[in-house]
Parts: sequence; C-alpha cells; structure tokens
Amino acid sequence: MLASLGIGPVKLSPVAVLDALFGGGSEVQRIIVQDIRLPRAILGLAIGAILGLSGAALQGLLRNPLASPSLFGAPQAAAFGAVLVIALGGIDVRSFALPVAAIVAAFASVFVLLAIAGRNASLLILILAGLAISSLAGAATSLTMNLSRNPFAALEIAFWLLGSLEDRSFRHVMLALPFIIAGAAILMSRRHAFRALSLGEESAQSLGVDVGRLRLWAILGVALGVGGAVAVAGAIGFIGLVAPHLMRPLIGYDPARLMVPSALAGAALLLAADIAVRLIPSTSDIKVGVLTALIGVPFFLYLIVRERRALGGGIA
Amino acid sequence: MSEAAILTASSLSVSLGKRVVLSEVSLALPRGCLAALVGPNGAGKTTLLRALAGLLPSEGTIEVCGDALSSLTLRERARRFAYLPQGHQMHWPLPARDIVALGRYPHGAVDPARLTGTDAAAVVRAMQATDVTGLGDRPVTELSGGERGRVALARVLAVEAPILLADEPTAALDPRYQIEVMTRLRTAADTGTLVIVVTHDLGLAARFADIALVLSEGRLVSQGPPATALSETIIENIFRVRTYRADYQRETVIVPWSEA
Repeated sequence: MLASLGIGPVKLSPVAVLDALFGGGSEVQRIIVQDIRLPRAILGLAIGAILGLSGAALQGLLRNPLASPSLFGAPQAAAFGAVLVIALGGIDVRSFALPVAAIVAAFASVFVLLAIAGRNASLLILILAGLAISSLAGAATSLTMNLSRNPFAALEIAFWLLGSLEDRSFRHVMLALPFIIAGAAILMSRRHAFRALSLGEESAQSLGVDVGRLRLWAILGVALGVGGAVAVAGAIGFIGLVAPHLMRPLIGYDPARLMVPSALAGAALLLAADIAVRLIPSTSDIKVGVLTALIGVPFFLYLIVRERRALGGGIA
Repeated sequence: MSEAAILTASSLSVSLGKRVVLSEVSLALPRGCLAALVGPNGAGKTTLLRALAGLLPSEGTIEVCGDALSSLTLRERARRFAYLPQGHQMHWPLPARDIVALGRYPHGAVDPARLTGTDAAAVVRAMQATDVTGLGDRPVTELSGGERGRVALARVLAVEAPILLADEPTAALDPRYQIEVMTRLRTAADTGTLVIVVTHDLGLAARFADIALVLSEGRLVSQGPPATALSETIIENIFRVRTYRADYQRETVIVPWSEA
C-alpha cells in the first residue's frame, strides 16, 4: 500500500508518503499522494479483493477450481453494459448509470451461463458456455464501438476496456466502493453454505441449504462486485482465478475459510500488478488488465494441465 | 402400527414431466425400525427416498413426527431427516472431521471450527460409531472407498435426526464394509431411529431389516417382514430371479440363484 503510494514517475520515500498523507510535505507531494495515488491504491485494493472473493465464491458454488468471473464472461459482459451506456447516452463516464449498467450486464451473463450449463454442469460445458458469452459480449462491445460516431470516443473506450487504475479520483472510489462492499457482504454471508456444497447439491439441500436461492445470491454478489469494479477500472481478468489457488496451499481447501484470504491475495496481486505497470519502462503506461491477463492465462493453462492429470483426462 | 408411526406417506406420487415415476405410494413406519427399500433398477427407489425427505416436489401427503412435511421449513426438515445420497460426493479435500461436522449444519453449527459442546459431542459420537476417529485430519479425497463411505455415514449419523435415509450405502463396498455399514444402521435403528435403506442386496435386506418395502415401476407392491414381503413369488415376479432360501441363526437367508 505504501509502495503503491510511493512508486511512480515521481518517486517518494515511504516517510515522505506518510508525511504527505497526513498533510505534511510539499504541495506537489500532497497532491500526488492524496489525490492521484491514494484513490488508485484504494481502488486497486478493493477491486483486487472483490475479484479474489468472487473467484473463491464461484469456485465454491460450482465446486470447481477452474471457475472464475473472467472465465465466465462476467467482466466482459459488464464492460459491454458500460460501453453501451456510454455510446447510447454519451453520458459522463463518472455517472452512477455506468456501474448499474455494468452490474445488470454482469448479472445477466452469469445467470444465462448457469441457466445454459444446467444444475450439474461439467467443467467443459461451463468453460464453453463462458467462452461463448465472453465472445458475444466482446463482439457486442466492438459493434457498439464500431457504430460510435466519434472515433476518439471509440479509442477511449478501447483503452478503458483494457483495464486500468490510472487517473482515478475519489469520485471513482465513491462510484465503485458501495457496489463492491455490497457484493462482498452478500458473498461473505453465504460462505458457510459454500462449505456445505462440498457434499454436492443434494446433500447440501438435505442439510437445509436452499441451493437455488444460494445460486441466485452468489450470482448477485459476483455481479454487484465485478460490475462495480469494471465500471471504474475496465476489465481486469484472472485475479479471481489465481487468488484462491495461491491461498489453498496455505489455508486448505475449505471454501468458506478460503474467502477472506482470497480477497486479500486478490488485493495484493492487483496492487502489485498496478505497481509493476508503473515500473516497467515503456513509452506509455501498460494497462494493468493486460498485465494480469499476461500472467493469468499461462497460470490458467498450467491449472488445466494439473486438473487434467487429476481427472485422468476426462474433463467432461 | 400407524399409531406409533413417525413417518407416514399417503398416496404419494411423483411425475417428472409426463412420466409418472412414483404412483400412489402409502406407508407408515415407526421409530426404531430398519426398513429396506428394494426394487429393480428404475423402480423409483431413489425418487421415493428424496420425496420422503422433501427434496423433490410430490403429490399426496407426508407426515413426519406428527407434522405435515409441507408445513416445515427447509431447516426443520433437515433436522428431522438425515439423508445420505448415492455415491457420497466430496468435492474438496476437506479434513474428514469437517465433513462429519457438516452433519450439524441443520442445528445451526455452520462453522466446523466453532462447534458448541453439544455439536462437538455429536460429531465425536458419530465418528466413534463408524470408527473414523483416527481419520479426522485426513483429507477425504485421499481416503479409500470404504473409509470414505464410513465418513459419509458418520456425517449423516451426526445429524442425530429421528429419521435416517440412506441410498445404497453398501454399493461398491467389499463384504466386510457392507456388513459393517448395515450393522451401524441396525444400531441406529435399535437406538430409536427410523432407518430406510435402499439396497440391491436382497441378502442384506433379509438379514438386517425389520421391514422390506418392494417397489416396482413406481408402485409399492409388497411390504412387511422380509420373510413374507420378499417371498419367493414376489421376488420371481418383480426381479425375475429364482432364489435360494434358508434360515440361519433365526434370520432369513435369501440368495438370488438363477434367472426365472
């Protein structure tokens, strides 16, 4: 967190950061720390946390270690919802309509996914359906940009889609945080039910878990959190997939106990990625969403290989 | 018998789409009874079990401990029925003790790490009864089939519900474990639980059950003490096999012998 506040084009020592945070230091330092880097760090933490939490929750819900919001097309759909609102209304990118549209689209995408995949969906079906939905959302987003009359706006959208925490103000924090907190609260309140689901849906139901309702709550929680995150930061993928896996060797496999550590790991990952994009020398800032995908996709491939071995080749 | 009945079903029917899976099943079973539910594949045994536990929408009425099942909340149902599904799935390598502790979920003990004295005691009792105390810390996915079966059984015993429903708990177990599982269920019945166990093993049914329920094409065609409910004619008609029959240590022995 301190590093996130200190590192950037203008490097500040941790001491200088603390000083500036509490009103000391020069005017420039204060502006850099309080107005530019602090909101960025807060968003990085909150978004990373909700992505990690969503990943852990979906993995618990589906009892599948390969589940994650981005694989299911939720961020892509949320991005489409947001882009559509921008293109249609030409509204301010900082209006509340943006996260709402993103959330609705994310909810619809996960809902459709689970409806298509059915109750006891196999891994293969889930991934195929997720692929279809994220492709569809991506295509719809491209179409919207295609039809956009202003080429600069299209470029803006394209960059925003890549996922970034750059130039975010407290306005953005206020925009995203309520939804992220609501989503996190919903997911956390269901955590023990995810543990009961380890025994399968039938057993969980016989233990008094309303599985149908649990599924809806989980979708709602993920949609709120991911939608809120995407609305301000664009599509940042793979944090949700990776975070729970990083924590399993340390915490164990209990889906309920895994949730908070996954959120912390997600927060740390995204913050680290965001620091990394500032450090990697390049003519323009690399987008953090690009970096997480670059790291996340090989990790995902590695997981598939490992799971394939565990499942004896039959991932269907 | 209906006076002491803890579970009664009247004209229970279940349809999936247009197909009638269960039709007009009526039964009344008392506490402390071990009932074996037998029937050919596809006769509706699992459907009946799930309908009784309220896991499946059905027509007709079910009464449990004097209350209409439909009037009970999900959690109240969960406290009255312990349900062991076929194949006892366990998706994550959780420690065996945590799996057993999930049996206390209906009692509000949702976190295995924070059990009250009563809940912890129930878990210990269940694990002792199934002899899995030593496996407590082992991840369930690393256990052998027999060990996993015992852990699954401990999980349903930990509910300490008045009614225990077990769907083929002896399938895929070696003879020793089959006897062991049936003995545990027998003990549960002897201590006052109503146990309904689905099995394909007519020998185990005859040996351990007080009552046999024979299901065929969604209808309950025979019920009563195994010796009569599983008579030569009934088995020949329903299962299309001839049986070898004998008495041994005052129990009925039934062994499927040849095609009828």
